[in-house]
Amino acid sequence: MDNYNHDSYNLSEALLEARNLFGGYSKQAIVKDVSLSLHKGEWLSLVGANGSGKSTLLKLCSRILSPQTGTVLLDGKAIHQQSAQSVARQLAILPQQQTIPSGLTVRQLVSLGRTPHQPWWQWDLNLEDREMVEKAIAQTQLTAFSDRPVEQLSGGERQRAFLALTLAQDPQVLLLDEPTTFLDLHHQLELLELLKNLNQERQLSIITVLHDINLAVRYSDRLAMLKQGEITAIGTPPDVITPENLRQVFDVEAVTIITPVGLQICLLSPSHTLVRSREPTAL
Amino acid sequence: MTVQKFRISNYSILRDRFLPTLVLLTMGLLLTMTVSLCQGAVPLSGNELWQALWHQGESINQTIIWELRLPRIIAAMVVGAALGMSGALLQGMLRNGLADPFVLGISAGAGLVAIAMITLGAVQTLVPLGAWVGAIATAALVYSLGYLGGGMSVERLILAGVAISSMFGAIQTTLLLLADDGRIQSALNWLIGSLNGRGWSEVTNTGPYVGMALIAGCLLARPLNLLNLGDDMASGLGTSLVRSRLAIGAVASLLAASAVSMAGLIGFVGLVVPHGVRLLVGSDYRWILPCSAIGGAWVLTLADLLSRLGTVELPVGAVTALLGSPLFIWLLYRRGSRNG
Repeated sequence: MDNYNHDSYNLSEALLEARNLFGGYSKQAIVKDVSLSLHKGEWLSLVGANGSGKSTLLKLCSRILSPQTGTVLLDGKAIHQQSAQSVARQLAILPQQQTIPSGLTVRQLVSLGRTPHQPWWQWDLNLEDREMVEKAIAQTQLTAFSDRPVEQLSGGERQRAFLALTLAQDPQVLLLDEPTTFLDLHHQLELLELLKNLNQERQLSIITVLHDINLAVRYSDRLAMLKQGEITAIGTPPDVITPENLRQVFDVEAVTIITPVGLQICLLSPSHTLVRSREPTAL
Repeated sequence: MTVQKFRISNYSILRDRFLPTLVLLTMGLLLTMTVSLCQGAVPLSGNELWQALWHQGESINQTIIWELRLPRIIAAMVVGAALGMSGALLQGMLRNGLADPFVLGISAGAGLVAIAMITLGAVQTLVPLGAWVGAIATAALVYSLGYLGGGMSVERLILAGVAISSMFGAIQTTLLLLADDGRIQSALNWLIGSLNGRGWSEVTNTGPYVGMALIAGCLLARPLNLLNLGDDMASGLGTSLVRSRLAIGAVASLLAASAVSMAGLIGFVGLVVPHGVRLLVGSDYRWILPCSAIGGAWVLTLADLLSRLGTVELPVGAVTALLGSPLFIWLLYRRGSRNG
């Protein structure tokens, strides 16, 4: 297989760009020599096994973690040389886990998304902030819930409330770490459709970490496959989702088929069980 | 997409029950102050109080009001406000409802230095300063332990606070056991917290620092609101975890240390007041912080009034604990029944 470690897209036009990124929590690098780029209005999904460094990569790209070496450029400027607040005005991240302060209403939660845009002396939301908050609530269809405490909402509504918070940030780039994990099938699709609308209408650039490869294929413009902190394949879904790549990254046997909704994968079994079941006949 | 129409009333501060709470707390505080000025070994009528406040009427009444009761009440307010806001800051930063101003070892540090000075016979007037230095130094030690290995994790801070507290507590107990009876008495008085004999000098020495720290504390509401969403979410929204936790901890420690240096270790105010305030104004720290300061001032003024009502004056720290524990249980019950 070709060396896919470096993104073949034209790097100069990228809105968000990672260059030779190494980084992790302690001295050990979890993400190793990753380069990728995200263009305006593009949706990129990261897929890979648990512990392959997808979340770490998102945190490095959003300034939550600092890289050991390498740079992340947002609109041509290195994010780790800017203030966290100025990065937060352009880039929003929805981490895998959030804590919900008890009693906080949806509107109060979404209002916190305006914080990066407020100077420290601004005590309350101004008119523009309020418009952005209401717009974000309306876009996520939470208007009826806006005065309800977030802790009383269902999983899908909660996830939409946190999405509304990131939309109130008015970002150009939105990073989402497993946004569909605790949602049922209906709510997974609903959330991804909502993101697709934002992606198309507002030209919002999106990176998602998704575990469901069929969903990743259906919604993303490009996919990046990670294994042990390195990108093993990056490109359009049909280029990346191949039986060989699936075997290499997930250790599963699968076939890919073209269906009316596009490329789909059909899983057969983990490859080690196949190997083991073959062994007796081979003997 | 067209901009959605919205009602201004959705954003009115009245919605957050902030203004009514503020008015309620301030009225309560003023009422308690008035009653407290009248009550004592020499009860004064409203009329006598009014005259004395304007430096008229009997000179003994003027002295009682201006030299004894007023400075003590103001001292109670300063200490109460400091403890209330310090508790709110730390409960918010540590995301832990059990946190109080003393959780980061402030009481242990102040206590160790104060007890050492009292039992070893140092100059009594230097005890407040010593307690203050001890509190700040211990908070700094706990913070540097929490910072070990990079980052500023909540768990490490709490564990460091607990470890330092129990170590200093043990040394403090040993010092008490070795001391003379007379000194033990004054040491115990300090440990439980008392406002007895506090006058203008304490207020003017410590008051300005507390005032500045109270204003600085109010400005930390925004990072606190974000920190309550979790570390990743807070940093994604542009908060520096280390810097904001340092600032919050520094202000909270300064407040608690100042309170301790004025009145000794008064418990429960910093724990109960923020809980009560949260029930009233919700979870937005922009309102919790100022209301906790005023609420703390009120509660301590009230406790001081109660401590002076009996024939024998009780230490105010004992009153806050006696009053605070049932109140705390009631608050927990209310919260439980609301959620359930």
